[in-house]
Amino acid sequence: MGLLSAPFTYAILLLAVPLLAIVLFSFWTQDFMDVNTTFTMDNYREIAEKPIYFSLLQRSLYVSICVTIVTVVLAFPVAYFVSFKVHPSRKSLWLFLITIPFWTSYLIRVFLWKVILGYNGVINSGLINLGIIEEPLTFILYNVNAVIITLAHAFAPFAILPIFVALEKIDRSLLEASQDLGESKLMTFLRVTLPLSMPGLVAAVLIVFIPTIGDYVTPELMGGAGGKLIANMIQVQFLQLNNAPLGAAIAIVAMLSVTAISLLFVFLNRRWLRGRS
Amino acid sequence: MKLRIYALAYLLFLYAPIILLPLFAFNDATIIAFPLAGFTTEWFSELTQNKALHEAVKNSLFIALMTAIFSTLLGICAARAGAMANFPGKRGIIGFVMLPLVLPEIIVAVSLLVILRQVLGVNLSNWTIIAAHVLICTPFCIAILNGAFQNLDPSMEEAALDLGESRWSAFRLVTLPLVMPGIISSMLIAFTISLDEFIIAFFLTGTNPTMPVYIWGLLRFPASLPVVMALGTLLVALSIILLTLAEILRRRGIKRAGGTDKGGFL
Repeated sequence: MGLLSAPFTYAILLLAVPLLAIVLFSFWTQDFMDVNTTFTMDNYREIAEKPIYFSLLQRSLYVSICVTIVTVVLAFPVAYFVSFKVHPSRKSLWLFLITIPFWTSYLIRVFLWKVILGYNGVINSGLINLGIIEEPLTFILYNVNAVIITLAHAFAPFAILPIFVALEKIDRSLLEASQDLGESKLMTFLRVTLPLSMPGLVAAVLIVFIPTIGDYVTPELMGGAGGKLIANMIQVQFLQLNNAPLGAAIAIVAMLSVTAISLLFVFLNRRWLRGRS
Repeated sequence: MKLRIYALAYLLFLYAPIILLPLFAFNDATIIAFPLAGFTTEWFSELTQNKALHEAVKNSLFIALMTAIFSTLLGICAARAGAMANFPGKRGIIGFVMLPLVLPEIIVAVSLLVILRQVLGVNLSNWTIIAAHVLICTPFCIAILNGAFQNLDPSMEEAALDLGESRWSAFRLVTLPLVMPGIISSMLIAFTISLDEFIIAFFLTGTNPTMPVYIWGLLRFPASLPVVMALGTLLVALSIILLTLAEILRRRGIKRAGGTDKGGFL
């Protein structure tokens, strides 16, 4: 225990205690400048009764699910390529190239997607110059689609790395065995590679799905009026409306919904894997 | 072959925004759109005159340096403990310390804001941001340092103990030099993450904004966008240099500890 106590104490003090504090706060109310500490369900009642919260949460979950699917589906072939087709000595170079954009100037990267997807943006002017379209496309900026594209870009490396790690662990002789026994390449992939890479896929899904619910920068810059998400509401409650208790309650509801969906996903995945064997 | 083309196209998708950045930073027009107008270094010289930006950069550098030091210290403790004997609950504790990796950042931000402002009544300052950044950087440091610590042969330190060194000097003289590249790599990564972090800093920043918080303010004014592009170009260049150094040191660390590279920071 000795050495671990330092990081553990730090995480208790700055993670567990603050998380308990917002749970407590969500049962209190804001009384002008002070916080009224009588226990009440008022915040949760307000969230349940006003449709704005439900529709924001619904849209947020929809965006997170779409981002997760897009990210993981696009990432899998890349992880597969790096693990199976790249020479071992160049694998770390590929992974390094994949992770670099992830660490650099997050805000400016999100902003630049506006330049790419905008009315006079790279895609529109490119397509017009090529003569493929006559009018600029408008369904790719200031709406939910733009938010999904930008978030899928931001979380790409998060999906590739866990899948890559799982693929690396697969014993290559199993694949040879499968083909020696007469399975085609496709069937080998479906019956050997894919099930064995499942732990990485599940990790990728969770590591993309859970954090995306907390991003308020992308919907703020890319979402326009109809693309705001639940994280924007949390941010507004805390920093603009000065209603921390309601903000805390919204954060908890969002977190619980995400956790519930994640647990359901893990459960269904386990059942599917067990059903196969 | 098809896979290779797909992977290269995917890399292009990943780098698309970063490739655009220098184009607009040197573009002689106030509007960020195509077609490009001409070459100028005006936006970079404007950067050198902006006092408020200099203050923000100074704040961010201080926060990033402190975060790098403290999160790497915590990471060393966890990685060394992780490489030593198991005890009941060890996996659970390490899992808990790694939790910020998957937690939405806004949850970390609001919970720290509540405890610092409303419960403890602390004034927000650079140190409140450092506290939060250490929390979110420690998991990354642990992941990197695990690579350096896990491959170490414990008999080397035991040999030093048998030859009469104390526990501390055995660690300092034998283990520390072997894991040093990993430690520097971990500091560089924590530094880069902290320097770029916005979501939490926006909640916990005091009267002096950090650089990303300052950039966020600039994004609302179309006139200041070319300057943001110039700043972004410099930041991307700096991050790439820091990350390349980190990667070289991380590999050297694994090699020195006698392990084989399994690739990647995570």
